[in-house]
Amino acid sequence: MSPSILLIILLILAYAGFYAGKRRAVACVEGKVKILHSLPGFYGFYVSLWSVIPALLVTLIWLIAEPAWITHAVTAQLPEEMINLPPERLNLVLNDVRNVVNGSTLATQTDSVILDAAGHYQSLQSLSHWLLVFVAMGLSLACMWISCQRIHQHYRARNAVEKAVTGGMVICSTIAIFTTVGIVSSVAYESFLFFQSVPVFDFLFGLEWSPQTAMRSDQVGSSGAFGAIPLFTGTLLVSFIAMLVAVPIGLMSAIYLSEFAGPTFRASAKPTLEILAGIPTVVYGFFAALTVAPFIRETGESMGLSVSSESALAAGLVMGVMIIPFVSSLSDDVINAVPQSLRDGAYALGATQAETIKQIIFPAALPGIVGSILLAVSRAIGETMILVMAAGLSANLTFNPFEAVTTVTVQIVTLLVGDQEFDSPKTLAAFALGLVLFVVTLMLNVLALYIVRKYREQYE
Amino acid sequence: MNNLATSADLGADNKSSTFDIVQKSLAKRRSAERRFKAYGLTGIMLGLMFLLVLFISIIGKGYTAFVQTQVQLDIYFDAEWLDPEHGGDDSLAKADYNGLIKKSLSTAFPEVMERRDKRDLYAMVSSGAGFLLREMVIADKSLLGKTVPVWLPADDDIDMLMKGHIDREQVQANRRVNDKQLAWIDSLSQEARIEKHFNALFFIAGDSREPEMAGIRGALMGSLMTLVGTFLLSFPIGVATAVYMEEFAPINKFTDFIEVNINNLAAVPSIVFGLLGLAMFINFFGLPRSTPVIGCLVLTLMTLPTIIIAGRASLKSVPPSIREAALGMGASKLQTITHHVLPLAMPGMMTGSIIGMARALGETAPLLMIGMVAFIVDVPTSFTQPSTVLPVQIYLWADSPERAFVERTSAAIMVLLFFLISMNGLAVYLRRRYERRW
Repeated sequence: MSPSILLIILLILAYAGFYAGKRRAVACVEGKVKILHSLPGFYGFYVSLWSVIPALLVTLIWLIAEPAWITHAVTAQLPEEMINLPPERLNLVLNDVRNVVNGSTLATQTDSVILDAAGHYQSLQSLSHWLLVFVAMGLSLACMWISCQRIHQHYRARNAVEKAVTGGMVICSTIAIFTTVGIVSSVAYESFLFFQSVPVFDFLFGLEWSPQTAMRSDQVGSSGAFGAIPLFTGTLLVSFIAMLVAVPIGLMSAIYLSEFAGPTFRASAKPTLEILAGIPTVVYGFFAALTVAPFIRETGESMGLSVSSESALAAGLVMGVMIIPFVSSLSDDVINAVPQSLRDGAYALGATQAETIKQIIFPAALPGIVGSILLAVSRAIGETMILVMAAGLSANLTFNPFEAVTTVTVQIVTLLVGDQEFDSPKTLAAFALGLVLFVVTLMLNVLALYIVRKYREQYE
Repeated sequence: MNNLATSADLGADNKSSTFDIVQKSLAKRRSAERRFKAYGLTGIMLGLMFLLVLFISIIGKGYTAFVQTQVQLDIYFDAEWLDPEHGGDDSLAKADYNGLIKKSLSTAFPEVMERRDKRDLYAMVSSGAGFLLREMVIADKSLLGKTVPVWLPADDDIDMLMKGHIDREQVQANRRVNDKQLAWIDSLSQEARIEKHFNALFFIAGDSREPEMAGIRGALMGSLMTLVGTFLLSFPIGVATAVYMEEFAPINKFTDFIEVNINNLAAVPSIVFGLLGLAMFINFFGLPRSTPVIGCLVLTLMTLPTIIIAGRASLKSVPPSIREAALGMGASKLQTITHHVLPLAMPGMMTGSIIGMARALGETAPLLMIGMVAFIVDVPTSFTQPSTVLPVQIYLWADSPERAFVERTSAAIMVLLFFLISMNGLAVYLRRRYERRW
């Protein structure tokens, strides 16, 4: 009996509860529905909620607690010498048992003790599942019966149902808080572990990054240096190149679209430009690595420059293209929010349209534009796939856009992709980088929102 | 810039000359105006040009992947070779089908005797072709003992040569196809036994190390499951949150805090959600790595802010008079919302969530963190089986050294873009069709 079947049973019970409640309500006023406090459907919902929510909660808690309990019971049944094994070895044994239970190792290849334990595990599991079905269904039926009994003519079923629904909505809206808490706590906890082996100062201001730690003391080339300055400069360099592309193009497009373009041109050009923001970053990464980077390399070499095949320039250019719509649509909104009276005033004084834009609208919209640029910068700093595919892995401390640089996000990906253990500074370093990334983008966003909000108040 | 100011100053001194000064500077100001306008247009054109170049480059690289060079071979399905002990299905499944292909190639080119030449000859047909023969035999046992002409996929190097990506004129040492193979290809093409056919395998096969056998079905299924799961989780939660925040929430510190959180989460880099998934869902809760379950949990958290913000905007656009009318008729607050406000706000909410889903479909970085980059051949069938998704498949193929994977990557990108454009098109359609202005 699998938990999904139990779920279906519970849903059927909920449906049954709805009808039971509705019928009971109609019956207790002998069909005179008008004298009921709530509509009959609300009594149905009331019973239905009672018959499903407690049972679901119990099922959830049961399923969370079950593996630990079964493992405990199975461990107790193991032979004496196995129980006395050190905890890591015991865990390996238990893993073997679980693998046999899940069918991922062939049963014939394992020894009999583990097979016995696996059999025990399986029997306990099926016992537990049957017990769960029994308990959940019993609870559901009991709650259904009790809640049915409570229904009478003046019972305020609607208020009860609405309270429950509102409660559900409150729970849904706290998920955002839990997500933030989850991000902060997981990233901060792993970073804390990291900073126990690498001092914070060395991490933030060290000039050398080579996260391969030595397995043996005599190993060469694996110094395990965790100085993140090369990553920060790399990130800044690529973001700077991206902004050099995105800000002028985005801003000029926004000005043209909002001030000069006719309605038909605007209606077709704006969504087309926004396609750029909808293209997945992995596509840009492929484009940067296979089209733009070779092109830049060949052009550079024909001019006698030495360009690395994974240059910061290629990644930055393509990222800039991706960011154009962010700058343009945010600036467009801001420019549109400048009141028409300011424009009319300027025109009345004899200013041309360009002069009005340069001297009246642009200064008025400047805080909003700065806000949108900050948001775009935060986007650029957090961008991953383009850089993973088109920027390099070597941590060069350089400002030369023709050389390969690596960035914070690239290092997070390279450190965490593949199998890893959570006790080496190498993987923990990725979380420390993640913490820096989270904090920096958060600050940029808060600053940008603050600027935008402050500016908006001026004209409202 | 200062034309206005200077003309005004001068005007104060000498009233008769103001007109002349303005007249004189007019030409300059008008050309400045034209220049400024041209800059704006250039900006837009540059943006559109980038888009065009991107599409042309992807399509130009990828359209050839929809056909695949195939070789027609007369395969003798030798019952004695495949099933010498008459073991039935079991031994048919394990038999050496590549042997059949080798025999057939030897019969077609009897003059090839030397060992190395034979190896080159056999290398012309995909090393995965045997699996296709096995599937044929298992599906239709009457083939045993017959000689049937079968189109089999050629090796990726031969395919690249046929598509013109390998230069015939190059020195043999620098070419992945040698002179003898060229001669065989020519003789095959004279008999019309080597042709480019529609590449059905690309759509029905899972991933493979052999480019000619690799397909996107596994990644598509993974994407579909992840997306469906994400939608089922994020849409109800997002709508409930939007309704609560917009209609019920009292103005206090707590709801302010929720709002700040939602707005910040909307701008958190996606890779940070990957870190959350890795540390929380995999390490702490012990959910299975590389599976759609965890993929949809991470993507749900990532897309929720988008859905909530869009949902709130569309709730805001429902005029208060509708709420007031419903409340005036005696409806409760919840009835007002479920019967009147939500149906009116639903198109806007759907539009927002479709756009959120489109973003989730194209997302790669957080899925790399939770291990959906594994090389998976089988097409996943359940939410707890390891799988990959389309963008990650693109990333994996883009990393592969074989030339043939470049066109397959581009083709996979075309498929991905097709889905994204249709989703966005649907969103635009919904907005146009149901948008109401009060």
